[in-house]
Amino acid sequence: MSRVSWPLRAVTALVAVWLVVPTLIVIPLSFTDRASFAFPPKGWSLRYYERFFTDSGWLIALFNSAQLALIVTVVATALGSAASFALVRSRFRGAGALNGLLMAPIVVPTIIVAIAVYATFLRWGLVGTAAGFVLAHTVLATPYVIVTVTSALRTFDRRLERAAASLGATPWATLRHVTLPLILPGVASGAVFAFVTSFDEVVVSLFIQSPELQTLPVRMFSGVTNEVDPTIAAASTVVVAITTALILLPQLLRRNTDHA
Amino acid sequence: MFVVPMARLAWLSVTTPETGLANYRDVLTDGVSLTVIWRTLRMMLVVTAVCLLFAYPYAYVMTVVPPRTRAVLTTIVLLPFWTSLMARTFAWVVLLQKGGPVNDALAALGLGDVRLAGSATGVTIAMAQVMLPFMVLPLYSSMRDVDRALVPAALSLGARPAVAFLRVYLPLTLPGVAAGTTLVAVLSLGFYVTPALLGSPKESMIAQLIAVKVQDVLDFGAGGALSLTLLVVALALLGLVARFVRPGAALGMSDEGDRR
Repeated sequence: MSRVSWPLRAVTALVAVWLVVPTLIVIPLSFTDRASFAFPPKGWSLRYYERFFTDSGWLIALFNSAQLALIVTVVATALGSAASFALVRSRFRGAGALNGLLMAPIVVPTIIVAIAVYATFLRWGLVGTAAGFVLAHTVLATPYVIVTVTSALRTFDRRLERAAASLGATPWATLRHVTLPLILPGVASGAVFAFVTSFDEVVVSLFIQSPELQTLPVRMFSGVTNEVDPTIAAASTVVVAITTALILLPQLLRRNTDHA
Repeated sequence: MFVVPMARLAWLSVTTPETGLANYRDVLTDGVSLTVIWRTLRMMLVVTAVCLLFAYPYAYVMTVVPPRTRAVLTTIVLLPFWTSLMARTFAWVVLLQKGGPVNDALAALGLGDVRLAGSATGVTIAMAQVMLPFMVLPLYSSMRDVDRALVPAALSLGARPAVAFLRVYLPLTLPGVAAGTTLVAVLSLGFYVTPALLGSPKESMIAQLIAVKVQDVLDFGAGGALSLTLLVVALALLGLVARFVRPGAALGMSDEGDRR
C-alpha cells in the first residue's frame, strides 16, 4: 500500500469499518447478560440463546423460515433453470420482454410488490397461508436463479453436447451426463441465492403474515419495534451463521474436489 | 404470478373507492403525500451522494493495492450481500441508539451529542451502508479498465494533479459513476425496513406512507396510486441511465458468452 496516501487509506478504512461493523456487532451483543441493548455488554451469558432455542414463538418462526426457504429453493431453482434454458437456447418472439418481466421483481421496489401481492392474496384467501408464502417468495427468488443459470449456460460450450449426441447419447442422457454437471455450479449458486432470498425476506412477509404463521425476519421486525429484548441479537447471530455457512459451503466443496 | 398482482394494484388504484383518477389527483395535490415524496427524493439524493463520495476513493484503492489486499477489500464489500437485512438493521438500531457506540465515538472526537436514532442522519448512515456495495462494484469495474499510464502521462506533460484527475481520470470512470449512481438512487427510493425501524414516524418515506395506507386503513386506492407514482419515477431513472450503460455491465457481469 506504499503508493496509497494516508487520506485515501483513512477513507478506505472508514468505509471498511462502516461495512463490516453492523454484521459483527450483533455477535457480542447476543452474549450479554442484561435485558438491554447496551454496547459493549457489561457481562456475559448464554441466556438469550437459551431463550431463543426454548421459546416456542422464536423456534416456530425459525422452523417456518427454514421450511419455507427449502421449498422455495426447490421450486425457484427448477422454474428458474427451466426458464433460463428457454431464454438462452431458443429464439422466440418476446424473449426479451419475457426476460425483462422475469427480472422485474428485482427492480420494482419491494414495498410495491408487497402491497400488490397483499391485495391479490386478500382476494384469493392466501394471506397467512404457507402456500401464499411459497408463491410470493418464489416470485422474488426466481430472478436470482435465472441470472446465475443464464450466465452458466452462456459460457457453456455447446460443442460438448454435439459431441455427446454424435457418440450416440440420447438428448436426455446428454442433458444428465454432460450439460447438467457442467452448469451445476451456476445452478447451485442460484439455489443458495434463492434460499437466502426467502430466508431473509421481510417486507412482503410482513404483509402476508398472520399471528399463526410468522417467519423469523417478521418476528425480528416486530421484536425491534415493540420490545427491548436481546433475544433478537441471538436470532440475528443464528441467521448470519446460517447464511454465511450456506454461502461458504459451495466454495469449500469446490476446493475439496479440486484437491481430490 | 408477478403480473396479476401488479395489474390488480393498478386496477385498484383507479377504481377504489370510485372509478377515476381521483387517487392520483390526491397524490399530486395532497400536502402530506407531496411532502413525503419530496422527502424521499431528497433522501435519495443525499444517500446517493454520500455513497459516491465514499465509494469512489474505496474503489480506487481497490485498483492500486496488491492482489491480496484487494481480495480482502472485495470480501468486505460483498459482506453486506450475505448478511441478513434484518440483522443489519437491528445492528444499526443498537449502534445508533442514544448513548450507543457511534454516539460515544462522536463525543470522543469532540463532535458533541448528535441525535442519530429516529433522525434522518441515522437513516442516511444505515441506508448508505446497505447501498455502498452497489456503488463500489460498478465503480471498481470501470476503474479497472482505465489505462494506468494515462494519469502519470498527464502529470509529466505538466498538468496539475487536480486537473489530471478531473480531465483524464474522472471522465474515464464516468460510466461506472452513472451506473452506480442510478442503482443506488433507484434502490434507495423504495426503502422500507431501514427508515421504518430507524427513522421517526414524523419523517416517513414514501414506502412507509404506502405501508400505512394499506396496512392500517386498507386504502388500496391511495396506496396503489402512490406505488405507481414511485414505480414511474424509478423506471424513469432507470430509462435515463439505460441510455448510457448496459445494465449487465453496470453490475460488473461480463457478457463474453454473447460474442461466441
